[in-house]
Amino acid sequence: MLLSDKHTQQKSKYTVDRMIPGAFEGETVTRRRFMTVSSQAMGGIAAASFLLPALGFAIGPIFKQPPHFWEDIGSTEDFTNNNYVPVVITIAQGIGEAGKSTAYVRQHNDAIDTDIYDRHTPYIAISTRCAHLGCPVRWVDAAERFICPCHGGVYDLLGRRVGGPPVRPLDRFPTRVKGDRVELWSGRFSVNSELKRFSPRDPGETVDGIGQYLYPSRPDARKSY
Amino acid sequence: MPKLPAPPVPAPLKAPPPRPGESNGKGGPIEGAKAAGINVVDWVDERTSLSGGARWMMFRKVPKGTNWFYTLGSATMFAFLSQAVTGVFLAMYYRPDPAGGAYESIRYVTNDVFLGQFVRGMHKWGSSVMVILVFLHMGRTFFFGAYKYPRELNWVIGVVLLILTMVMSFTGYLLPFDQRAYWATIVGVNINGTGPLIGPYLSDFLRAGPEFGATTLSRFYAIHMLLVPGALIALISAHLYLVAKLGTTAPPWIKAEQSSELRKAEA
Repeated sequence: MLLSDKHTQQKSKYTVDRMIPGAFEGETVTRRRFMTVSSQAMGGIAAASFLLPALGFAIGPIFKQPPHFWEDIGSTEDFTNNNYVPVVITIAQGIGEAGKSTAYVRQHNDAIDTDIYDRHTPYIAISTRCAHLGCPVRWVDAAERFICPCHGGVYDLLGRRVGGPPVRPLDRFPTRVKGDRVELWSGRFSVNSELKRFSPRDPGETVDGIGQYLYPSRPDARKSY
Repeated sequence: MPKLPAPPVPAPLKAPPPRPGESNGKGGPIEGAKAAGINVVDWVDERTSLSGGARWMMFRKVPKGTNWFYTLGSATMFAFLSQAVTGVFLAMYYRPDPAGGAYESIRYVTNDVFLGQFVRGMHKWGSSVMVILVFLHMGRTFFFGAYKYPRELNWVIGVVLLILTMVMSFTGYLLPFDQRAYWATIVGVNINGTGPLIGPYLSDFLRAGPEFGATTLSRFYAIHMLLVPGALIALISAHLYLVAKLGTTAPPWIKAEQSSELRKAEA
């Protein structure tokens, strides 16, 4: 070999026998390899710098709860304790009619209501969003049932499923009384088949048994109102 | 004084020799136009070598027995192109405003714009045509056994294209923003939500929040006209590249010829 003594003493496999002008002793990586890796890393950083913000932008709403608020739905004299009165409420602001929904409201009645009676439920406000796939149910007075027009879900007076495909009772809204006005909180809560309260779930997601773990609620929706 | 010989001219600058069957040089205006067209194509081809790729793509050997069923794939592609073109022009009028503007812009396209009802009808009915053609094309591939080695990857790409076509149908259905569009989307998003563990997050992603809200419509619109079409174009290109690369299959009823002269000669 034509290597000088200086070169023969080297241990690094990258500098021995290479005889590349400018290669210095103790190189741990070839320059070609270093340039390849660093330009790929630069490309990766450049791509990530627009992809990650864009991705966060797109999936951010999953973790963001829109603001909920108390809505005035009428006077205490408007509601009885043995029949439902429909009220139109706003559940998404800024989009007009598309953001409105209906709730059926009546006074809490110890004779029929089996769930716990506390400061959140002086009035029972049943959401009309069907627990099957979200169509609007209506209260049919003659049958004393909530009936869904889409796939035939049927619920009783308390919103419990009595027929059809729904997987849990109808959701409810918290209510409160301010003076002689009844107010409704625009954030729903879900109930299981024993009317035990759960943080809100989408339609089609059971909260009985293992269902409450299979269908997790949004983390920031678990805060109490 | 003796005249100097003409300097050598580079080949591209020389007048081309007359083509066979043409009179030398001075032709009529038709021949001049023809020559101009050929010159433009030659100019581009000399700088890109695109004609080789075009020949590779267009002039392929196809097996004996190729029949009308083999046109379903290109029929699907033309359905997609029709959707793309009509969709671009519909986007010139559409306004993804959930507070009434979306419905009003669709009403305006349908009732007031010249040929608006026709173009919107092309897009609306064309989407059903495309879905039907995708399934027919898929059935042809399946029943002819054309998904087998070495074409499995093209089948996989085709399945992704089928799913993306469904995503286009689903997101496009909301855009008219009438009662049917709204409730169909509510139900569709909630069907997504019934998937365990990730379902609730998937429906939140689609709705941009826990309820159908102010940005759900524009989100569907962006998915419908930017995100999925880009993916569709890229995957259709890959699909076509593989078709040209691997060639097409003969129908299953075409048997290999056992007793040809060539085989005898080989044996």
